[in-house]
Amino acid sequence: MTRTRTDYLWIATFAVLVALAVPWFLWGDSRVFAGLPLWLWWHIGWMLLTAAVFHLFTRRAWDRGMGEVSN
Amino acid sequence: MVSALGIQLGVVGVYLVVALAIGLLAYRLTSSDAEDYYLAGRSIGTVVLLFTTFATLLSAFTFFGGPDLAFRAGPEWILVMGVMDGVLFAILWYVVGYKQWLVGKVHGYVTLGEMLGDRFGSKRLRALVAGISLFWLFPYVMLQQMGAGEAIVGLTNGAIPYWAGAAGITVFMIAYVVIAGLRGVAWTDTLQGLFMLGVVWLAVGWVAVAAGGPTALSNALATNKPEFLALGGGLYSPQFIISTAVTIAFGVAMFPQINQRFFVAKSGKVLKRSFALWPVLVVLLFVPAFLLGTWAAGLGISVPEGANVLPVLLNEYTPVWFAALVVAGAMAAMMSSSDSMLLSGSSYFTRDLYRPFVNPSATDAREAWLARIGVAVFATLTFVASLFRPGTLVEVGDTAFGGFAQMALPVIVALYWPKTTRSGMFAGIIGSQAFYLAHVFVPPVDLAGVTLFGATYLTWDFALWGMLLSALLTVGVSVLTVAAPEENQQRFSEGIRAD
Repeated sequence: MTRTRTDYLWIATFAVLVALAVPWFLWGDSRVFAGLPLWLWWHIGWMLLTAAVFHLFTRRAWDRGMGEVSN
Repeated sequence: MVSALGIQLGVVGVYLVVALAIGLLAYRLTSSDAEDYYLAGRSIGTVVLLFTTFATLLSAFTFFGGPDLAFRAGPEWILVMGVMDGVLFAILWYVVGYKQWLVGKVHGYVTLGEMLGDRFGSKRLRALVAGISLFWLFPYVMLQQMGAGEAIVGLTNGAIPYWAGAAGITVFMIAYVVIAGLRGVAWTDTLQGLFMLGVVWLAVGWVAVAAGGPTALSNALATNKPEFLALGGGLYSPQFIISTAVTIAFGVAMFPQINQRFFVAKSGKVLKRSFALWPVLVVLLFVPAFLLGTWAAGLGISVPEGANVLPVLLNEYTPVWFAALVVAGAMAAMMSSSDSMLLSGSSYFTRDLYRPFVNPSATDAREAWLARIGVAVFATLTFVASLFRPGTLVEVGDTAFGGFAQMALPVIVALYWPKTTRSGMFAGIIGSQAFYLAHVFVPPVDLAGVTLFGATYLTWDFALWGMLLSALLTVGVSVLTVAAPEENQQRFSEGIRAD
């Protein structure tokens, strides 16, 4: 099972999706926008982005890393 | 007050009857063999798979523990849930779940222990995995029954005693799990999941309107609990957020009722669609549920000792029937996780312990009957335990996620690395369980300025160190040992098909 560059790109993408689901750069920030904390809006937006990227993964890269899968 | 009690019991009662009717409907479609009983003949579609896993993930925590936590410590728990269930678990859904589905379809596996036992040619490994899983599962089911009993006491102001509430829920669950198997569980879970989502959004809307809108609510927070609006602080350190999210996400993937879901999808397409929908579903449920707890803190709601914040808040701002509907939602959450745990627990027992060690020639029909008896016995035992609430069991239940998380990395290593050996698996699983259990039960000791058996090492949770140890042992011992002749090293890498 050899890994290609695209594999590593996806692994890196997933790592970023995990890492920034919590807006660490807003640590201690208490600004409020439309009744909810700004950091919560970031999180909600990020989760939607995550869903979109996951969807792209299922379209483009599904079966990656699973070994040889015959369809 | 009598009429309020009548309304509350009526709402909960109607809900239970609907769930039972769905269970009966599923029974008509279930044949008598074990694969159909445990796995609904591997024929579960997208919506049902997504909701059954989702409802199973949600325990009493969504409605009681979670909002209570947000009420006391602030809303950052939303982030923990998001990272954990929305992103990390979704990735594990692919890495562990999809791989298990591929492998399970070819070789007909029903349980995690069966899959590992076959790959490593070891009945003892199979039994070990089942045994450890049952050890952590049992007290966790007991906690759910305790929650159900307490919810009914809270709802009826003690008119129905604790034991009767817990017993009622237990009997009800046994009835539809025994009758309908996984198909019934999955269908009722779907109903329960949709119901919970609907109810929690109605609750948020209702409270927001009654209290003057989200801006008024955040102003109240800024006045009464300004620290809740700022990200972090108090309980929430970066280490806490990361440790909690990682150990629970990996633990969830090894919980029997979740792990067994990985074998049930009808096609790869079903897993694909569910994968992309995870983050959305998690946001849809947990943001409103935990906001309610947070808002209650801003509104200065006072919660009596031992009560949960959500019913108190709803009784203040919404009509009686609606508060009862939310408690019914909470019971739905408890039942939808417990019913699946009962079913999986019983399948681990019959497939991995009874069949290989007691009666290898048991027929499929006999096994399916035994599984039903297993469900009843398991539920009855956890119910009896929930009456006595032994402190040790409560502690095991509270630390169950971390306990399951210790198995995750050895399993992932085995799934992807053909050079993993049986000795490596034994070392990784037993070593990390011993480490973890020692930290749960042995009191902290100071040794030359270093605290051993404390909650953290270098500010990181011991469960995380246990996981690291499990991976190191599995890989390290595998490198040092040679595969036994009866191991099937190519089991997980060759001949898998997605169609």
